[in-house]
Amino acid sequence: MAEQNKNSTSTPPRPRGHGPMGRGMAEKPKNFKKSFGMLMHMLKPYRWLILIACLAAAIGTVLYILGPNVTKKMGEEILNHYVIIDGKQVGINYRHIAEIGIWLILLYAASSLLNLCQSYIMASITAKLTKNLRNKISEKINKMPLKYFDGTSTGDILSRVTNDLDTLANSLNESVSSIISSTGLIIGAIILMFVNSWQLALITLASTPVSLIFTVIVVKISQKYFIRQQKYLGEINGEIEEVYSAHNVVRVFNSENEHLKTFDIINNNLSTANFKANYLGGIMHPIMTVTSNIMYALICVIGGIMSINNPIFLATVVTFFTYSRYFNDNITQIASVSTTIQTTVAAAERIFEILDEKEESDESKKPYFDQVFKGDVNFENVKFGYVKDKEIIHNFNQHVLPGQKVAIVGPTGAGKTTLVNLLMRFYEVNSGSIKIDGINIKDMTRAQLRSLFGMVLQDTWLFEGTIKENLTFGNVGASDEQIERACIAANVDHIIKSMPGSYDFVIKDESFSAGEKQLLTIARAMIENAPMLILDEATSSVDTRTEELIQKAMDELTAGRTSFIIAHRLSTIRNADLILVMKDGDIIEQGTHTELMKMHGFYSELYNSQFSKNAPIEEGN
Amino acid sequence: MIKLFKNIKGIEWLFVSIAVGLVVFNSWLDMEIIKCTGTLVGLITGGTATTQGLWQVAGKMIGIALGAFGVNFVSNIVASYTSTHIAKRLRREIFVKVNSFSMEEINKFSTASLITRSTNDINQITQTLFMAMRMAVRAPSMAIFSLINVVNVNLTLSWVTAVALAIMFALIIVMYFVVVPKFTEIQQKTDRINLVTRENLTGLRVVRAYNAEQIELDKFDKANEDLTKTRLFVSRATSFLSPTMNLIMNGMYVAIFWLGAYLVGKNIVGYQDLTVFTQYSMHILMSFMIISILFIMLPRGVTSAKRIAEVLSTQNKIVDGTVEKTKRLGKIEFKNVSFAYPGSQESIIKNINLKINKGETVAFIGSTGSGKSTLINLIPRFYDVTEGEVIVDNVNVKDYKLSVLYEKLGFVPQKALLFKGTVKENILYGKRNATDEEITQALDIAQANFVYNLEGGLDYQIAQGGQNVSGGQRQRLSIARAIVGNPEFYIFDDSFSALDYKTDKALREKLKEVTHNSTTLIVAQRIGTIMDADKIVVLDKGEIVGLGTHKELLKNCKVYKEIALSQLSKEELE
Repeated sequence: MAEQNKNSTSTPPRPRGHGPMGRGMAEKPKNFKKSFGMLMHMLKPYRWLILIACLAAAIGTVLYILGPNVTKKMGEEILNHYVIIDGKQVGINYRHIAEIGIWLILLYAASSLLNLCQSYIMASITAKLTKNLRNKISEKINKMPLKYFDGTSTGDILSRVTNDLDTLANSLNESVSSIISSTGLIIGAIILMFVNSWQLALITLASTPVSLIFTVIVVKISQKYFIRQQKYLGEINGEIEEVYSAHNVVRVFNSENEHLKTFDIINNNLSTANFKANYLGGIMHPIMTVTSNIMYALICVIGGIMSINNPIFLATVVTFFTYSRYFNDNITQIASVSTTIQTTVAAAERIFEILDEKEESDESKKPYFDQVFKGDVNFENVKFGYVKDKEIIHNFNQHVLPGQKVAIVGPTGAGKTTLVNLLMRFYEVNSGSIKIDGINIKDMTRAQLRSLFGMVLQDTWLFEGTIKENLTFGNVGASDEQIERACIAANVDHIIKSMPGSYDFVIKDESFSAGEKQLLTIARAMIENAPMLILDEATSSVDTRTEELIQKAMDELTAGRTSFIIAHRLSTIRNADLILVMKDGDIIEQGTHTELMKMHGFYSELYNSQFSKNAPIEEGN
Repeated sequence: MIKLFKNIKGIEWLFVSIAVGLVVFNSWLDMEIIKCTGTLVGLITGGTATTQGLWQVAGKMIGIALGAFGVNFVSNIVASYTSTHIAKRLRREIFVKVNSFSMEEINKFSTASLITRSTNDINQITQTLFMAMRMAVRAPSMAIFSLINVVNVNLTLSWVTAVALAIMFALIIVMYFVVVPKFTEIQQKTDRINLVTRENLTGLRVVRAYNAEQIELDKFDKANEDLTKTRLFVSRATSFLSPTMNLIMNGMYVAIFWLGAYLVGKNIVGYQDLTVFTQYSMHILMSFMIISILFIMLPRGVTSAKRIAEVLSTQNKIVDGTVEKTKRLGKIEFKNVSFAYPGSQESIIKNINLKINKGETVAFIGSTGSGKSTLINLIPRFYDVTEGEVIVDNVNVKDYKLSVLYEKLGFVPQKALLFKGTVKENILYGKRNATDEEITQALDIAQANFVYNLEGGLDYQIAQGGQNVSGGQRQRLSIARAIVGNPEFYIFDDSFSALDYKTDKALREKLKEVTHNSTTLIVAQRIGTIMDADKIVVLDKGEIVGLGTHKELLKNCKVYKEIALSQLSKEELE
C-alpha cells in the first residue's frame, strides 16, 4: 500500500514493492508495440484531458526549471556584499532581494499548482480507465465460450482482474506523470546549464555516460541473479506448499529428513541468489553517488577557478549544483520509468489478451420462439470432439420423448458431462444437429435454449447473497408463494426457516452443509420450472439421511420433465428410459437397463462389480 | 519492533552492528563533502583563493567520495549477506518446526496460513531487515548530522528549516490519517472484487444455464464502483503530495537566501554558509520524509515477524516416545478411547473399545461426522486421544518413537497426495530400498498399470501435488506406495472413493492376496467396498452401534441396514 504514497513523490530513493530490488525483475511484455498501441487506444477518449494534463505539466516544468536561475539572481545580489569597486563595497540591495523573493515564491507556487493539476487529472483518468477495463473483463467473462475456461485456471483470470489491473493503475499513473516532468526537467536543465556556463555544463554531461555505463553493466550482471532468485523462490514455495499440504503423508512415511534435504538445497541456492541479487541491486546507488560526488567536486573546482576574480560567478556555480542534480535525478528517474512502462504494458497486455479472446457468436438476429416447449429432444448424426482431430462422439442418434429419463453412466473421467455441454451449447457440435421440439438448438438464442433447462450440478454452486436471491437466480420474478412451494417439495423449507432471517438469510461460505446446498439447488431448479432438466447426481460426502431427502426431491423434480441424469450410482437409474454408457469420452453402449444387462458388455460388468461376487458369504456356499 | 530484532541471533548481531556502523560512517562522510564546498566557497569570498588551493579542496572531496563509496560497498555486502542469511535460517527453522507439528497445530494455523508464513512473511522480514540496516539507519543519522551542522552554522536560519519541517510534518500527518486508513478499505474492496469474480468463474455453467449473466454483472459493477470510488479518493489525495513537497523545499530554499541576505549584510554569516546550509536543510527534510515512509513500511515487517514467532514458539502437543522396537504382532486395541477436537466440548468419539487381531480386515462405516476417519487417525497420532489408550502391538502409541510407529503403518490418506518427482520416487516413499520387482508388483496390485502407458513409465515426472495425473490415478499410486513397504498394518482412510466400482473391486481382490500377513483397516462410504470384510464396525455419532459381518449386520444393525439400503436395492443386497 505504501508504494502509492511513494510513487507520487519523485524525490526519495524507493525500493519497489515486488522484491528487495524490483528493477531487474520487471515483467516484459511479449509484443510491446501492439499492446502499447492498444493501451494508447484505450486512452483515446481521455485525449483532451490528457492534453490539458500534459500542457499543465509542461508549463509547470518550465516554471520549475526557471526557479534556480531566478534564485541565482538573489545569490548574485548577496554576493555583491563581497564585491569591492573602487575600494568601496557594493553591498546588498535588500529591496531587490525582496522583489526576487516574491517572484520566486509566485513562480514555485504556480509550478506546484500546475503539477498538482496534472497529477490530479491523471489520477482520475487512471482510476476511470481501470474501472472500465475491469468491467470489460467481467462482461467478457460472461461472453466467452466455456472452452476458454476449461483451459485456463481460475487463479490466472482472477489475477488479471485484480493484480494486473492494480499494476496497470499504479504504473500508468506514475509513468505518464514522470515521463512528462522528467523529460521536461532534463531538457530544461541542459539548456539552462549551457546558458549559465558551457564549461560546467560539459563536465556535468561528461559524467553521465560514465555512470550510465556502470549502471548498465551492473544491471546486466544482476539480471541473472534476479531471474535465479525468482526461480528458486518459486521452487521453494512449491516445496513448502507440497510438504505442508501432504503433512500427514510426509510424517507417516518418515520422510521429513528427505524433504529437509531437498529443502536445504533449494534454500541454499535461494539464499546465494538472494544475496547476490541484493548486493548487486544495492550497488547501483553507491556507484551513482560516487560519480555525482566526483562531478560535484569538479564543478566546484572549475567554477571556483572561474570565480576567483569574479565572486559573483559563485552564484552560477551554486545554481549549477541544482541543475546538475535535476539532470542526474531525472536521468535515473527516466531509467526507472522505462521499467515501469514495461510493467505497465506487460500488465495491459495480459488484460488485452482476455479482452481479445473470441466471444460466443452474436445472436441478436436469432428469433425468439414464442411457444410452449414439450421437451422432445432429437439428436441427429451428432459428431463432436473437444480437440479438432479427436472426435469422441461419433454419429450419435437418439430421439428422446417428452418426459423421458435419460441416464448417462460410466467410470470417472469417461466424459459424462460432454452431452450436457452440447445440450446447453456450452460447446457446439461439430456436425449434425440437436433439435428440441423440432427446432435446431443452433437456431435459438443461447439464452432461450438455456431457459428451457433446469440444472442441478454436483458442484453445488451458491453465491453470497440471500437465500431468496439464490433461489430466484433463474426466475427473478418468482412469487414468494412459488418459492415456498418449491422449497417444501425439495424438503428444504424447514432448514431455511430455521435460519435467522429465513428466506432473507445471507448465505456465506460455510452456512450450509453439502447436502443442504444440494437441496437448495434442487429448489432453485424447481422454481425455474423449465420443461427439461439436467441433473448431476448426488455426492458421496452426504450422509445417508440427507441422501434420501435429496433422492426424494430429485424424484419430485424429474416428474413430468424430460431429464438427463449423470448417474454415479447405478441402482437409481434402473428405471431410466434410456441409459447411455460412456467410456473414455465415447458412448459405447446404449439402451434400457434390461437391454444393456443382456448385452453382457461394459455396463453389465460395471453393474455387477458393485457387488463383490466373492464376498465371504457367497464363498461359503 | 522487538519481535523483529528477536529474529537476529549470535554472530548475526556482529554483522548487523558492522553494517549499521558503516552506514553511519558513510552518512558522516557525505556531510564532510558538503562541508568542503563551504570551505571552497569561503576561500573565494574571503579573497584567499588560489588555483592550487582550490584543487586541494577538490582533491579532498574526491578522496572522501571514493572513501564513502568503499564504505558503502562494504556495508551493502554486509547488509545483504546478513539479511539473506537470517532469512535462510528462519526459513529452515520454520520448515523444520512445521514438519514436527501434529494435525492439531496445523489446524490451529491452517495449512494455507503456514505456507504464507514460510514464504511471504519470511521475504517480508528479509526486505525489512535489509531496509532497516540501510535506510532506517542512514536516514536518521543523516538527519542528526545535518541538524548538528545546521545549528552550528546559524541558529536564526535554523528556524527556517524548523518551519519547513513542521509544515512537512503537518502534511504527512494529514496524509497519514486521511489516506492510510483507506488502504485497508481498498484491500477489502479488492477482496470483494475477487470474491465476486471467483464466484462468477466457479459457477460459470450455472450462471449461463440460468441466464443470470446480468445478475453477476450488476454485482460486479457495484463492487467495482465501490472500489473505484475509494481508489479515486486515495490517488487524488496522494497527487497533492509531490507538488506540495516541492513547494515546501523550494520555499525553504528561497527563504534561507532571503533571510540569509540580511545576515550576510550584517556579516553574521558568509555566503558559503548559505550554500551549505541549504544543502543540510534539504537533507533534513528528505531524511524525515524517508523516516515517515519507513514508519509505514516497517510495521509490515513487524507483523510478519509476529506471525513467524507465533509458529516458532508453538509448543508441540505430540512428542516422541522412547520405544524403538516391538514384535510384529499385528494387533491394535482401542481401550476406552474418547476424543474431542481441541477447543470443542463435544466428544466426536466416545468410549470406543475394539480389538483387532493379526490378519484381520476390519472396515469402518458410518455417515459423515460419525467419527470413523477420526478414529483411525488416532493410530498414527495425527491427534492424541482425549481419554483411553490406543495400543499397537501391546505398546501405547504414545510410547513409541514416532518413526518406529510409522514404519509399521501403510497409510493411504483420504486425499491422495503425491510429490514432485518420478513415479518410482513416489513409490519408494513406502520403502526406500524397494527393488524394481517390488515396485512393479505393488503397482500391479494397486491396479496402477496405467503407469506404463505414461511417457517414461516409472520415470514419468509427477508434477507438484500430482496435478498431472487424474484423481483416480493418484489414489492408486498412493495405494501402491503403501503396498510396497509390506507394512504390518494397512490403513485405508476412505481411499477407494475416487475409484470406480470395477477398479475398486479388482484392487481389493488383488490386495487380499498380499495382506494375509498384515492387518487391514478400511474406512469407506460404499457398502460394496466393505461387504467382504472380516469385521465391520458401524459408527454413529462417535459410538460403535454395530460390529459383525455384512450378513450379521444386515440382520441386527438398523443403522447399517439403512446405509446399505440407501445405496443398493433390496434385491441387490441379497
